[in-house]
Amino acid sequence: MIAETTAALPDNTGYVAAAYLVFLALVLVYLVVMAIRFARLERDIVELDELASKGSAPAGE
Amino acid sequence: MYGKGLRPLAIVTCVVLTGAFALAFFYAPMDADQGLMQKIFYVHVPMAIVSLLGFVLGAVFAIQHLRTGDRRHDLRSYVAIHLSLILGVGVLVTGSIWARAAWGHWFVWDEPTLVSFLIVFLLYCCYQPLRFAIEDPDRQARYASVFAITAGAFVPLNFLAVRLAQQYAHPRVLGSSDALPPKMRLAFLVSLLGMALLYTTLYRFEMTAKNTRLRVHSLKRRLGGDVVLGRSAAPR
Repeated sequence: MIAETTAALPDNTGYVAAAYLVFLALVLVYLVVMAIRFARLERDIVELDELASKGSAPAGE
Repeated sequence: MYGKGLRPLAIVTCVVLTGAFALAFFYAPMDADQGLMQKIFYVHVPMAIVSLLGFVLGAVFAIQHLRTGDRRHDLRSYVAIHLSLILGVGVLVTGSIWARAAWGHWFVWDEPTLVSFLIVFLLYCCYQPLRFAIEDPDRQARYASVFAITAGAFVPLNFLAVRLAQQYAHPRVLGSSDALPPKMRLAFLVSLLGMALLYTTLYRFEMTAKNTRLRVHSLKRRLGGDVVLGRSAAPR
């Protein structure tokens, strides 16, 4: 349907696809950055867990 | 607290945005002048509106911060502006693509709407360098809030100034009731809702990350570990 309607109009499919891809890429990059930050946070939590275990371990161990 | 309800919100956002783009391509009629190229409108304009409203939201949080002295408002202001800047990049790039397709130029320097958005964007680009150039956390928060309020006030003024401008090539969307046929209007409003939901989801996602990070560092300090703050440090 789109192809039929646009037959008489200039073909700008590339530009439209590029605009939507830019939007998707932007969201994707943001999510990847957030995933990296969450991975770092996870490492921090593991470290915290180790610190807490050391703190609660009986003296002399 | 911030993470509560994030998953359903993210799912709703995905559904609404997918629905909005489906409406834009399969329900909204083809524009008689621009054809398929006009479909960029459904991603570019909602992104621009949400981005500008985000800047204003940042200013509102900054006012709350200066009034109450509560650092949580400063963090909210920072996150709101940070996300608006990211959307601002999208607005400029998609706008340039559309301009290239429609007018044959990547940017039109005598067009008030384009230039004013670029000025607002560049103004906010100074926010983070200004913020992180100040070491003292209290001063940093205070100065950033003053900046956010001043720049936030500039957004509606800028909007009015542009609307009062006589000559423009950029189409008007808001305030002209006959500008959009009903089917296009529906697709546009759903896109706007989707973009607002995306902003809300990312805002809450970022706030969850920052609050969790602050709590982890606070716990680390209490347990006697070394705290190393990364590059992406939130307002401290």
